[in-house]
Amino acid sequence: MWNLLQIELFKISRRPRTYIAFAAITAIVVIFQFAFKVDGQSYMNLMLQSVQDTFDMDKSKAINGYFMCYIILNTLLIQVPILVALVAGDAISGEANMGTLRLLLTKPISRTQVILVKFSASMVYTIGLLIWMAVMALFVSLLIFGADDMLIFRVKGDESQILQITKDDIMWRYFAAFGYAAVALTVIAALAILLSVFAENSIGPIIATVCIVLVCTIISNINVPIIDNSIKPWLFTSYLVGWKGFFYIGTNADGEPLKGTIENWPAIRNSLLILVAHIFIFITAAVFVFKRKDILS
Amino acid sequence: MKQITKYFFLSMVICSSSLLAASQDINGLILKARQKIDKVNDYEAAARMKTNVTFLKVPIATVKVYFKKPNLLKVKSEKGISFIPKGAVSINMNSILGSTDYTVIDAGKDKVGNTAVRVARLLPNDDNSDVVLSTVYIDELTSLILKAKTTTKENGTYELEMSYGKYASFGLPDKIIFSFNTKDYKLPKGVTFDFDDGTSKTPADKTKAKKGRAEITFSSYTINKGLPAAVFK
Repeated sequence: MWNLLQIELFKISRRPRTYIAFAAITAIVVIFQFAFKVDGQSYMNLMLQSVQDTFDMDKSKAINGYFMCYIILNTLLIQVPILVALVAGDAISGEANMGTLRLLLTKPISRTQVILVKFSASMVYTIGLLIWMAVMALFVSLLIFGADDMLIFRVKGDESQILQITKDDIMWRYFAAFGYAAVALTVIAALAILLSVFAENSIGPIIATVCIVLVCTIISNINVPIIDNSIKPWLFTSYLVGWKGFFYIGTNADGEPLKGTIENWPAIRNSLLILVAHIFIFITAAVFVFKRKDILS
Repeated sequence: MKQITKYFFLSMVICSSSLLAASQDINGLILKARQKIDKVNDYEAAARMKTNVTFLKVPIATVKVYFKKPNLLKVKSEKGISFIPKGAVSINMNSILGSTDYTVIDAGKDKVGNTAVRVARLLPNDDNSDVVLSTVYIDELTSLILKAKTTTKENGTYELEMSYGKYASFGLPDKIIFSFNTKDYKLPKGVTFDFDDGTSKTPADKTKAKKGRAEITFSSYTINKGLPAAVFK
């Protein structure tokens, strides 16, 4: 199994499209960092527009490495599923397209093993992508902008809130958030592999995955009660942004943030379980379909 | 009839002289309070500030407060980010009592907590002043201002409550509770993509008073040691 995984990872590393995602992330992060270095104050003014009349604050301190990473992740983690689909959607269909699928299945390995290895390789790729994102968005931003307390701008129900997390209470939240994001993106990889089983070329499953993610994300963000209550809970895209829950710090009765706490851990845990369940369902379905797939015709 | 007229005039004289005496009294009390404040040319104070505003979830801030006569005041955060209420900087005892360009009206007696106080209303004589009216509650025994309410043209009403300790002789409080009006905070739409954890589905209470509160607890003052002007920039 380990040898198979190594072969799969080697194959992924030899494909040029693998590096598109890394290049795209680098480009987006660098553009963000440049824009905020040059004119981050304008963004802060926009976010604090109705607070500025009442409060004085040092906005330059608020634009720091931790804040930058949060802003970048906020934008990137909506686009990254597309990048994951680029590689995972190619897993089985790419082999079928090149005619190597039959050859692969003549080897003494089960079809279940093939799916699990392809899935594991996609997962390693996803984690690699997230590590690169962490290096670029978090560590490089910390080098450029420095470290300070972090402000979170949030809409909760009908209310907008500003949460402040002290700088010594942030790093563990990022580790947890990246861990969560790894699970969330693995769902996309699992979906892309499932769709890949049905196709004979890579374009179909990649586009289908992207379309499913886009449509579900749009539905997840329509704030209409009937959708909120009856459809949203069933869409995996509703849980993709659950990583943000680690930054919603718990507060006491006076509204004072409590260091080391999360406002709603059960909600994050449940979201994680739902995502893991999706991975299990998609991969089980992929194994089921692949086992019955006719590769001779 | 003659007798009635005599008593009427006599009572009028007594009333007006007692009113005059009371008015002088309140002016004297304000003068005493000002004399304490006037002893301070500048100070640097270490303090902790707790902000209590509905939409703001911020930790207790460690701040430094700098003051220099006639009316320079700056609150700086020691570390991290601090939201400093703007009124806390512009509305202070020096800005209220510092000038003499106001008319004092005796508003009788009241209580702040368990302490009996005299109430004075200060009406600025300058039509262009941002302050419309200040009401100060002065402890007659110590000549210290325990509470002040200031109504401004632009930013509504501010309220200051002060408690004193070892710096009372300078009229400097150990603790200030500052109440102010806040505007509703609304984030621009479509910029956050929040995680809906299902905790708050109830609409915000629009009737809830938009009042903020900041508690500043001073731990130490360094008085009249001189402060560079750069501190206030």
